Amino acid sequence: MATPMATVTRPAASAAEEAPPRPSWLGALWQFCRQNPLGAVGGIVVIIMIGMAAFADVVTFYDPTRNNFGAMLEPPSTDYWLGTDQFGRDLYSRIVHGARTALLVGFVSAFVGGTVGLILGVASAHFGGRLDLILLGIMDVLMAFPLIILALAMVSIFGTGRFNVIMAITIPFIPRCARVVRSSALAVREMPYIDAARACGFSHARIVMRHMVPNVFAPYLVVTTAAVGQAILLEASLSFLGLGVQEPVPAWGLMLRGGAQDFAESAPWVAVFPGIAISLAVFGFNLFGDALRDWLDPKMKI
Amino acid sequence: MDMRRWTPSLLALAALAIVPFASSQIEAQTPKRGGILKYVVPGEFPTMDGHRENTFALIHPLAPFYSVLIRVDPDNPNSGTYVCDLCTEMPEPADGGKTYTFKIRKGVKFHDGTGLTAKDVEASFQRIIFPPTGVLSSRVAQFTMVDSVTAPDDETLVFKLKYPSGAFIPALATPYNFIYSKAKLDADQHWYEKNVMGSGPFIFEEWQPGAFVKGKRNPDYYHPGKPYLDGYEAIIAKTQTLRVQAIRGDQAATEFRGIPPKARDDLVAALGKDITVQESDWNCVLILSPNHKAKPFDDPRVRRALSLALDRWQGSKDLSRISIVKAVGGIVFPGHPLAATKEELEQIAGYWPDINKSRAEAKRLLKEAGVPDLKFTLTNRSVDQPYTIVGTWMIDQWKQVGITVEQKVEADGPFYESLKAGKFEVGLEFNCQSVVNPLVDVSKFRPDAGDQYSQIEGKDLVKLHEAMNRTADVAEQRRLMRQYEKLILDEQANNFVTLWWYRIIAHRSYMKGWKITPSHYLNQDLSGVWIDK
Repeated sequence: MATPMATVTRPAASAAEEAPPRPSWLGALWQFCRQNPLGAVGGIVVIIMIGMAAFADVVTFYDPTRNNFGAMLEPPSTDYWLGTDQFGRDLYSRIVHGARTALLVGFVSAFVGGTVGLILGVASAHFGGRLDLILLGIMDVLMAFPLIILALAMVSIFGTGRFNVIMAITIPFIPRCARVVRSSALAVREMPYIDAARACGFSHARIVMRHMVPNVFAPYLVVTTAAVGQAILLEASLSFLGLGVQEPVPAWGLMLRGGAQDFAESAPWVAVFPGIAISLAVFGFNLFGDALRDWLDPKMKI
Repeated sequence: MDMRRWTPSLLALAALAIVPFASSQIEAQTPKRGGILKYVVPGEFPTMDGHRENTFALIHPLAPFYSVLIRVDPDNPNSGTYVCDLCTEMPEPADGGKTYTFKIRKGVKFHDGTGLTAKDVEASFQRIIFPPTGVLSSRVAQFTMVDSVTAPDDETLVFKLKYPSGAFIPALATPYNFIYSKAKLDADQHWYEKNVMGSGPFIFEEWQPGAFVKGKRNPDYYHPGKPYLDGYEAIIAKTQTLRVQAIRGDQAATEFRGIPPKARDDLVAALGKDITVQESDWNCVLILSPNHKAKPFDDPRVRRALSLALDRWQGSKDLSRISIVKAVGGIVFPGHPLAATKEELEQIAGYWPDINKSRAEAKRLLKEAGVPDLKFTLTNRSVDQPYTIVGTWMIDQWKQVGITVEQKVEADGPFYESLKAGKFEVGLEFNCQSVVNPLVDVSKFRPDAGDQYSQIEGKDLVKLHEAMNRTADVAEQRRLMRQYEKLILDEQANNFVTLWWYRIIAHRSYMKGWKITPSHYLNQDLSGVWIDK
């Protein structure tokens, strides 16, 4: 005869007394800004960049790829806020549209690379043994190469173009994220609730995806956010070297190449403004990434 | 002397005489001996074999090590006259223009001390004209008229032709026709791909791959008193900014390929009288090559639309401000008597004076061909001047008729692999020649030419080209050239000429004795160059 299970119910008021009130998202944002003013500045830069990329067609006045030799190398003016390049193209329009290229490459590379790294890192920690050893070995080999060198090697294998550049930047990010995530996942693996999940007979996929991944999400988010800035810088570097996206696509690194070098003395704005755009974007993402780490890492709050 | 046989050469002479020669402050001074000339080279040779390669990156650092049989007059390179280098005098053609007998200088020595005879010259031209299996010669097509080369004795060299041809002497004067040692070739036909040993004004001293080539004066050089320099250093610098700064900072006296107008202006502004500028039209042109085997470029209407969309007349004005291109022309070097006049050009699709009419026709053709929103990839070389600049300009021009183009830029190796394997839709390549010799220069547009990448078919072009080469009547040559040109650029729309290049050389004023030519391949043995410091 089955014994009915005893159920214990707690008064709602008692639960409410124990848990502190959860701040609204606006409150949380205010708290974040107060605790991390530099991070907030970075966040604002990131938001402006995303806004520029999303509404590029609305906030610019000229087609960024349209030649206009009548306005060749015009200095900044009311007609051309940031001047024009050697093809007479409006630099402001090219920089705003260039944010699309930078963000597309930056976000896709960082998040795809980070996510693949997350899965590999957690799997490596969970299964351990030979798989861990092999994956760790591969990651160590990949990490032995500086980021730019590995990206250059990838471009020489895949070729130039937007998609290939994304691939070239994504692959070097995988081991970097995998290493960070793996170290967190090793700690999570030893938690009682993981033992409980194993005892319940859950599948490996369920343990990894439902119980381990959510608990290593904070380091993943931090690494990925910081990687966006690095990816933007890498894309600009590859384009500057002629190995990234190609003319006439508006891209900041590409804008620093060719005409910017040839005309740097007589028309410095051709080189200065794309340079500022790259610096601001990387600066913004790095500040924001650092602040996010501080905010999400419980150890930093002690 | 049969004047008819020399007609093309005389035409070349006439054309070269009209080459602009601005700012050339060539002074009649007594050359001084000594000094090391340093100059920058914008590329690096794939191999060291002149018979095999086509690039200035080989000529500029390596030509000073070699002798040639004949050459464009180094003292007057724009005259279009040819003079002996290793021969003793220019021969009169015999046998109705089918036999040329050259007498070779006595006492010429290779840099290893061995004597140079007609046998060495014969072995070199055998390799150039009839390369053995496994040996690549880039100039076989220039010598289709040659039946045999023989050296009956150590001082005599005889060329027998299948038919008289005015293109023979200019082909012989091509600066890549280095004279190699027969002994070295007999031992290994590939020896010269990795080694240097000639009989030219300078002796090979050192090569650091990717960095420099050094040469020192040949004390046994057979032109008395020359060379004037103690040696030279060709510094490899692939970035234009770097090259210009090297000249500005006096780390190099010059660059012999050509710089854009802006770099010239910057150097003149910075250095004043310390810099001398020489300019010339350039026997070099960018060619747009659609792949006839790739859809929709198998349709002549689509190919024709590509050309109709380009405003070459305005493009010439615009691009000449930022790039090394300038002249609008057909397939023949502009200004040459065989070249199309402006009125003749304006009859060809893509050269119409009314660009709006031209673009309307381009849109109509694309719509008729079923590709009003054509999209394709333009395969281009990863060289800014003038490749990617002209490529970027063309993409904007095409956009105005609704064509969307992505530019794929590749390094030289993969670029030529793509072209040779037919793995491209539309490619931007070049036709650069040394000696101005339109009858040979336009052979690139033949379906059977080694450097014809568009995969075109048809025998009509071959017949026309051969008829042009066999006739000595200039008027007939011109008539046939117009037909040939109209077929290529308009009716069959096989390949398209974009803009001809314009050569600007800025050199330190202390570098004397060098004169600009319409080719960056010519006059580069440096034997007449001297330093006046």
